[in-house]
Amino acid sequence: MKHIVIIGGGIAGIETASALTDAGHWVTVIEKEAQVGGKLNNWSYLFPDFTPVDKIKSVLQEKCSEKDFSILHQTEVSSIHRKNGKFNIEISGEHQLEADAVVVATGYELFDARRKEEYGYKIYDHVITSADLEQLLLPNGDLTVAAGENPKRIAFVHCVGSRDEKSGNHYCSKVCCITGVKQAIELRKRLPEAEIYCFYMDLRMYGKRFEELYREAQEKYDIEFIRGRLSEASEKIDKSLLIKAEDTLSGRPLKMNIDLLVLLVGMEAGKGTASAAASCGIGCEDSGFLKTADSFLKSNFSEQEGIFLAGSCTAPMSVNDTILHARSAAQEVNNWLLRR
Amino acid sequence: METNPFIWPFTIGLLFISCFLIIIVSIWISGLSHIDKSRIVHSIFTRKSLLAIRETFMESLLHRKIFRKNLVLGYMHMSLAFGWFLLIVVGHIQAWNYYRSLSVPAYKAIFFRYFVTEPATTLSEKTLAACVDLLLVFILSGVMLAYFKRLNSRVFGIKKTTKLKAGDRIALTALWLIFPLRFLAESVSAGIHHNGSIVSQPTGQILSSLLPVHSLEMPLWWAYSLALTLFFVSLPVSRYMHIPVEVVLIFLRNYGIRIKKRIDGYSRIQVYSCSRCGICLDSCQMTHAEIKDTQSVYVLKHIRNKNLTDEKLFNCLLCGRCQSDCPVGLSLNDLRITQRIESTKEYNSSYEYLKNGPVEVSPQTEVIYFAGCMTHLTPAIIKSMKEIFAVARVKYWFMDEDKTSCCGRPLMQVGQYEAAKKLIGHNQERILASKANKLVVSCPICFKVFNEDYALPGITVQHHSEYLLELMVNKRLPMNKMPLRVVYHDPCELGRGSGIYHQPRLLLDEYAEVIPVKNEKETAFCCGGSLANIKIQMNERNQIRDEALEEYLSYRPDVLATACPLCKKTFAKSNKLPVHDIAEIVYMAIQEKQNLQKTEYKKEMKMEFWK
Repeated sequence: MKHIVIIGGGIAGIETASALTDAGHWVTVIEKEAQVGGKLNNWSYLFPDFTPVDKIKSVLQEKCSEKDFSILHQTEVSSIHRKNGKFNIEISGEHQLEADAVVVATGYELFDARRKEEYGYKIYDHVITSADLEQLLLPNGDLTVAAGENPKRIAFVHCVGSRDEKSGNHYCSKVCCITGVKQAIELRKRLPEAEIYCFYMDLRMYGKRFEELYREAQEKYDIEFIRGRLSEASEKIDKSLLIKAEDTLSGRPLKMNIDLLVLLVGMEAGKGTASAAASCGIGCEDSGFLKTADSFLKSNFSEQEGIFLAGSCTAPMSVNDTILHARSAAQEVNNWLLRR
Repeated sequence: METNPFIWPFTIGLLFISCFLIIIVSIWISGLSHIDKSRIVHSIFTRKSLLAIRETFMESLLHRKIFRKNLVLGYMHMSLAFGWFLLIVVGHIQAWNYYRSLSVPAYKAIFFRYFVTEPATTLSEKTLAACVDLLLVFILSGVMLAYFKRLNSRVFGIKKTTKLKAGDRIALTALWLIFPLRFLAESVSAGIHHNGSIVSQPTGQILSSLLPVHSLEMPLWWAYSLALTLFFVSLPVSRYMHIPVEVVLIFLRNYGIRIKKRIDGYSRIQVYSCSRCGICLDSCQMTHAEIKDTQSVYVLKHIRNKNLTDEKLFNCLLCGRCQSDCPVGLSLNDLRITQRIESTKEYNSSYEYLKNGPVEVSPQTEVIYFAGCMTHLTPAIIKSMKEIFAVARVKYWFMDEDKTSCCGRPLMQVGQYEAAKKLIGHNQERILASKANKLVVSCPICFKVFNEDYALPGITVQHHSEYLLELMVNKRLPMNKMPLRVVYHDPCELGRGSGIYHQPRLLLDEYAEVIPVKNEKETAFCCGGSLANIKIQMNERNQIRDEALEEYLSYRPDVLATACPLCKKTFAKSNKLPVHDIAEIVYMAIQEKQNLQKTEYKKEMKMEFWK
């Protein structure tokens, strides 16, 4: 029986583990947190059809409990060494695991919005990120702002920490556009009276039913999309916000008073990704995400034989893309082990 | 009086260079403004001239600033400049003493050993002859070092050096030949006539025993004269123009003449005073981004040769590191800005939409606060300032809280002088209308222009680091030294630009522990974010920033502190360590103390309750 170690117990890790267990392998998942699910745990509903996250999470949980693979919680990998065609994986500094193959499924980090200081995240009271908003969108979430009132005017800023030379991230995080549309609609449902604006550069509605949702957001939910990036925000005495932007379609600067500002934060490679990658000899892209051996045919292969990649550690990815990528990783690992 | 045809090249050369210098300096001085001309007239018979003479002596002859940079390099320059100067002076005294007349032609002094074949007899003659000999040896030691420097410039503390042009090569060759030829000529004459002194006589005797000195004497004196001529004639097209022009510069500078916003005689004098020593190349951070052709020395050379491109002119951070290193003390930033003004076409800058409405400010207002547009992009600074104003109970008017025009400095930096003037006029009116007498500015870029280009009579302009220090000294701010290791980064516009180095450190030292670093104050790094460079690429900026950060990080600080929103933003982007403005750190400390007091108060309350 071949032993496969999977680093990361998010969607990609669990999905790969489940598929490889089905294929008859012995699988161990290493997860740094106390529970599996990764970033999914911060989310409430998924685009484009508002699927409750709990639905996906419970499937993952089921797989964890029913399938015969083990999960090492609150455990981190210290080093990976290749020895006699196998991998020696040192975990949390003491134990060692031996594996025939390794799958890296370490996922992503959310962009730290404090780095765009001009938007005032953690400086002004009513500037939040899309991840913060997701918690507030739960049925019991409290959306009130100053003086206990619901916000009357809300603005979303797209591309915070993505496609932004100044924050050092040139790439597109892919999922924030549709997340913004989804969250704007959810807010509209909760706050029928509010004015909702989205400030965008482009709207990249690449996926199935995304464009339709965007159209619906405008036609049915009366959400206003303004093409232009926010330059800065400032806080007034009553804790409302004054934002400055340029409407690039009408070609003029604009100022607006709002009650709540939502920053659609992008994805970044995990903090430890570069050093971890270096320690086991696999490369990173300029973006910081892990390099795949071939972008068409080997998107689950790292530059090292026997080390595979699954999910958003390779690039920003939506939940459904991650599931597919994880399943294909399992397939590739299985084929590779059979060939040996 | 006896003479010889070999004096003619020298005499003609000397006449040529004298006339040339007189004419060109006259042209430059006549190109000064009326005010500057009257400055000269009113200063010429004052102490300022004495100060200028002293400075000429210290810098043009002794080269004190180069000594500070590197001892060997300093000695080389001093031996050549001061040695040659003394040689001319002592040579003339020698001639006056011998001929018993003050109207001895220059060639009689320069070629003294040729014309005076009898040995020195009196004590004064012997002493002077010995002095001339020793001075020549002194200069020759410098020439030897100059030869050696061409082979190995690192010994002289120079990592990079400039390329020579044809004119420079000719002048340099002449300069390298003048003194060895003179020494040989004098020694050969001494070998024949026994008229030498302590060094030339023994050398002459050795030479006469080895060589046919009689047939060598004339060619050597001719060669010496021709070398001098060559030097004089090539001087106007070489970098050695700096030797005479620098003296003019020192005098004009002492008379209070400064670079204007347009090219004039004084800026020409500055350009010609550059010796192209290349010291500025070593201090320029653009080299960290592999940009190696836009440094001040090249820009001045291109201005002189009239082939400066905008690509080079605008690819500069205006950080001023070269300026503080320049041994001639050239105003390199101002020169570049003047050049930018000249080469910039005014664009859409009507600013008609700026209307000065009524300024409503309460009469009790102590302070006008101007955050600046960069500070609006770093709102943590504004928030800290607001909180500090509240703690110190300062009544202030936040001038640019909502809508104000730019201070004008970024436009000024890129040469948009006319456009900047319009903004300055607009802001000036608003500031004066407020009737407050103190303007506190959070951005050093704004601070510099408010200080230098605004007419704000009766209003003190302070950067917030100065102002917070003042509040602290006047006991209007609580004190609380946090156990925080801080490296303070001097912003270019505040430090080298405005000379404010100590106030931020004094203030920070009360609230945290300031760690001194290698490159600070005058030699502090630029963060790389400067608005003055409109050609540089983002990745090049990052290279410059990272190089600076590397030094800071080596001191393992908890926080990098600065006093400029742009520096803060630039460094924070690197994501390598926390970066805070000085105002944030002060507020952090005050807040920490207040929280501490609150909990202590609660504890006391509880104690009392239990009693």
